[in-house]
Amino acid sequence: MQIFNIVIAGVGGQGVLMASKVLAESALASGMDVKQNEVHGMAQRGGSVISFVRIGQQVNSPVVMPGTADLLISFEPLEALRYIHYLKPGGRLVYNKVSINPSTVAAGLAVYPQDVEEQIAAADADTYGVEALSIAREAGNGKAVNMVMVGAVMKHLPFNEEIITEVVKQISKGTGVEVNMKALAGGAAA
Amino acid sequence: MKKIISGNEAIALGFGDSGGVFASGYPGTPSTETLEEVARLGDVYCEWAPNEKVALESVIGGSIAGGRSLSTMKHVGVNVAADALLTLTYTGVNAGLILMVSDDPGMHSSQNEQDSRNYAKFAKVPMLDPADSQEAYDMVRAGFEISEAFDTPLMLRTTTRVSHAKGVVVPGDKIAPQIGEWVKDVPKYVMLPNFGKLKHIEVEARLLKLQEFAETTPLNRIEMAETDLGIITSGVAYQHVREACPNASILKLGLVHPLPEKKIREFAGSVKRLMIVEEMDAIFEEQIRAMGINVDIGKNKLPLCGEINADIIRTALGESSGEKANPVEGLPQRPPVFCPSCAHRDLFTILSKLKVFVSGDIGCYTLGALPPMNAMHSVIDMGASISAAHGMAKVNAIAGRDEKPVAVIGDSTFFHSGMTGLLSMAYNAGNALVIIMDNRTTGMTGGQENPGSGVTLQGVPTRQVEIAPLVKALGIDNVAELNAYDLKETEAAIKKGLETPGPYVLIDKNPCILRYKIRKDAMTVEQDKCTGCRACLKVACMALGLTASGEKQKVRVDPNICNGCGVCAQMCKFDAMHTIEGENNANL
Repeated sequence: MQIFNIVIAGVGGQGVLMASKVLAESALASGMDVKQNEVHGMAQRGGSVISFVRIGQQVNSPVVMPGTADLLISFEPLEALRYIHYLKPGGRLVYNKVSINPSTVAAGLAVYPQDVEEQIAAADADTYGVEALSIAREAGNGKAVNMVMVGAVMKHLPFNEEIITEVVKQISKGTGVEVNMKALAGGAAA
Repeated sequence: MKKIISGNEAIALGFGDSGGVFASGYPGTPSTETLEEVARLGDVYCEWAPNEKVALESVIGGSIAGGRSLSTMKHVGVNVAADALLTLTYTGVNAGLILMVSDDPGMHSSQNEQDSRNYAKFAKVPMLDPADSQEAYDMVRAGFEISEAFDTPLMLRTTTRVSHAKGVVVPGDKIAPQIGEWVKDVPKYVMLPNFGKLKHIEVEARLLKLQEFAETTPLNRIEMAETDLGIITSGVAYQHVREACPNASILKLGLVHPLPEKKIREFAGSVKRLMIVEEMDAIFEEQIRAMGINVDIGKNKLPLCGEINADIIRTALGESSGEKANPVEGLPQRPPVFCPSCAHRDLFTILSKLKVFVSGDIGCYTLGALPPMNAMHSVIDMGASISAAHGMAKVNAIAGRDEKPVAVIGDSTFFHSGMTGLLSMAYNAGNALVIIMDNRTTGMTGGQENPGSGVTLQGVPTRQVEIAPLVKALGIDNVAELNAYDLKETEAAIKKGLETPGPYVLIDKNPCILRYKIRKDAMTVEQDKCTGCRACLKVACMALGLTASGEKQKVRVDPNICNGCGVCAQMCKFDAMHTIEGENNANL
């Protein structure tokens, strides 16, 4: 099979890395080779975060090149726009429609573009927006946005949805299992 | 069983599986998770040292006492440990000793982009350079074997894309830890000049033996394919080469110092064009050119700065990577920022207002340099805030400038190497205000324990070192506490510190809200009281923003972000901001 390239973008603290882990573990459980990579280190909340997951028979580089992503999952609209050039022409974009102000906007030094949704819609991509925060809250925890987003892309991944569900069960701690299961289902139904 | 783990986790696992006995390091991106994983696995004793020099020296002791030992640090940490390393290479080891160093090409989270392969040459020690998690795992075992066979410390070098990239690992057999004898051997371990002179001769002879080993070890392998293009590469650059040039022949170096000259010569002779793909410095290229081998494509086409990737390699070869959309321009940046309700925000709000010169340091608080605070004016290395402020004050005095510099440093950085700077300030009659933000954790790297947190790396309660008595013992008389969350009090305390002649230390003890999961009641803005003056926006909190519509834009609080420190309310002159009792919906 061709390598399936996924880019996950969001804001520090939204759980991009946990979502990446779910996809990587699911690929491994499906018997595929996988590399997952993000750059982290700055522990603070609020910075732009980007993570790569590459799945195939044999994966070499851990890095997705711009213009080659099959799927871009963005946890925030502005971040979708920031990394939309990673998508290959006609690639799929699934994004959370709830915006978070960058510190530059919060400090009054920049303006959050009013036309983010229009710009996203105008791109050469198969695009779908999700109200992930309200779905996460319904599932029982606003922090479960990442699992809602995983749920929303489940049917577009090159492996079985049941494997993903099983992986999420395994890595959720205690009471988190129920919330994450609901979040996955809510995302899948969105 | 197959696992998908990062390079750092693989090294930790490899250490436990390879008879490891003792590990010590200092947190630093991208190396940090290695020791955290050793601790999580729980098989082997491990600890955080206050700095990298102490870590490496402790590990030297571990090796002399007969246990396979590992020290972990980021690239700049080796500068701190270099004094130990450059003589350790003379003494050699008893049990195997690995110094793991993580480079950060692209400077994702570092103050410089130094290439640690220079240290392997400098110290005349072997260095391994894994290309993925499986190699990282395997090279720990190989590293200990080389270290013991050649009586040498060994450097295991990773880069960010190996340390943090997750890949599939199949672990090997686990060796039980074997602790050898603790031997007294004066000529081997006492580097007086007479013994050192003999040892230097041994080091040079050892390097020649390692060169012979490099020729035959499977760590260096030739993957012959088409002979039009041959590429010499190592580490993660090998993966990018495989991606960009699937048909090229490759000499993949796993042992990157010393180089296998015969193998390189043989490979170069078997291909039409020779290319060298290495991130950062031209270390292979310079050595290979010095062998008299012609290099067709190297740093003449590839960058010395930043990371290499498949597209960069294709461009260097004159190939196209296809039509690509450009990034969308003009988007507001989303730089890292102080967490909602972090006490650093409050401190820098005041430092920004007072327009003082701030000599900064390495930690979360370095973000005080960014707009709109713009309140940090020099950041060099761990501990430099205090010693550089001392030098500034001395020259200011000579120049007749009546301005006192302010140093800002965190607890972990103070323990690391701020203490000696403060000792110098006391000894040399300095004149600076030093603010120690003691949040009881090593915050920037993700909240590691340190001598002030009261817990060891392995979770054992331990002595909690208090900073105020330490500062007094270093010779500072004026020491006061600070509560940065109270802006008025903070401003008054800083002014007092600036007006009082001589060294003056303020210590803020508010804990890291992220590490200690502190939540407070959220804020809200009464829209009819808000005048839209934007005074509160000066605190640069991402929970704040302007309302979209209306004649005059007013401020609103994002309930999904606000963690309720209330610094914004202290900036408000119209009493428009207040807490909502019992409510906190922050979900970052």
